[in-house]
Amino acid sequence: MSDDDLDALALLHDPVRRSLYEAVAGRGGDVGRAEAAEAAGVSRTLAGHHLDRLVEAGLLESGFRAPERKGPGSGRPAKVYRRAAGERSVSLPPRDYVVLGAVLAEVVEELGAEDEADAAARRAGERLGRRRAAALRADPGPAPSEPPDDVVETVLRERGYEPYTEGGGLRMRNCPFHVLSLEQPLLVCSMNLALCRGLLEGLGDDPGRARLDPRPGECCVALSKTNGD
Amino acid sequence: MHLAELNLAHLRAPIDSAELAEFVALLEPINALADDSPGFVWRMKESEEDPTATIQHVYGDHLLVNFSVWESLESLWNYVYRSDHLAVLRRRREWFLRMAEPTMVMWWIPEGTIPTLAEAMARLERLRTEGPSPEAFTYKDSYASSEAASLPAAAEARK
Repeated sequence: MSDDDLDALALLHDPVRRSLYEAVAGRGGDVGRAEAAEAAGVSRTLAGHHLDRLVEAGLLESGFRAPERKGPGSGRPAKVYRRAAGERSVSLPPRDYVVLGAVLAEVVEELGAEDEADAAARRAGERLGRRRAAALRADPGPAPSEPPDDVVETVLRERGYEPYTEGGGLRMRNCPFHVLSLEQPLLVCSMNLALCRGLLEGLGDDPGRARLDPRPGECCVALSKTNGD
Repeated sequence: MHLAELNLAHLRAPIDSAELAEFVALLEPINALADDSPGFVWRMKESEEDPTATIQHVYGDHLLVNFSVWESLESLWNYVYRSDHLAVLRRRREWFLRMAEPTMVMWWIPEGTIPTLAEAMARLERLRTEGPSPEAFTYKDSYASSEAASLPAAAEARK
């Protein structure tokens, strides 16, 4: 943990900045000042001030979107914001699982134990799913009549995948294993798929819904519509 | 600067055998996907007419050669790991043997130039003997084009 990380994250303590950050991060692309202001329910001026603070701290990046009309009178290019590529983490006491994860990934590769790694990830996902399903049964929360697909979406969100619906299925904006996936993409993407399948199974859903459908900048796994499609 | 990439695969069986038939059938769609990918610049082809023809070379019939040029590390990455190519890559053990030494190497080249296969093989050899450097690197230890730009030209790797 660096002081920079802590300082950057502390900025999000402010509720306005927090909702602006979430408005920008949740879009998965460029967001204009007006759009972010509206989502956070504050004035454009205030939004602009806070968004720029978030850029200074490295939580967001800014750029310019060319105006739709070209030529004189079309105005200045609009300033837009997107989530910064770098990641921030704070752990107290300090913990470092990424280095150990990378070492273990190398061992799997050297042993050619990819199938075993997939099987272990599947089991881990199943355990996580089963435990979460049991907890949800014990305490269904404010919406006891939640349809099953919402449970899957909720659990994926809790696990940091940032799911969103597309074409009736779910896609995921964030790879929770991003740093490791850059070093060992084949292993990590396969294990992630196995983990998602296990998770679905543990939640009582169809594991076959999870499949690899990689796109630049997103998680490699997508979920097709619920059973039967 | 553009990015050159060489990748070798050790075939489990001759390229015209039944064992490799599914892989050979995938060559056309997967190469077409590469050609249409953002940032794709060039790839070595054995034939303009036959998309299933693999590159002929002098380094052993068991080696399948993949040699291409891209605009950036990211564009190559997105094709290899963030497209339908990933699904083909996951099946690699069905067609290729594991190799203990590195089989993939990248290096930066001036835009508009195309390196020779001999140079590419020399880069891979350099990676194998000396480890990653701006002249011959991998995704795990990659170098930005700016780190390579200040180096004396690629002459050294051609020796």
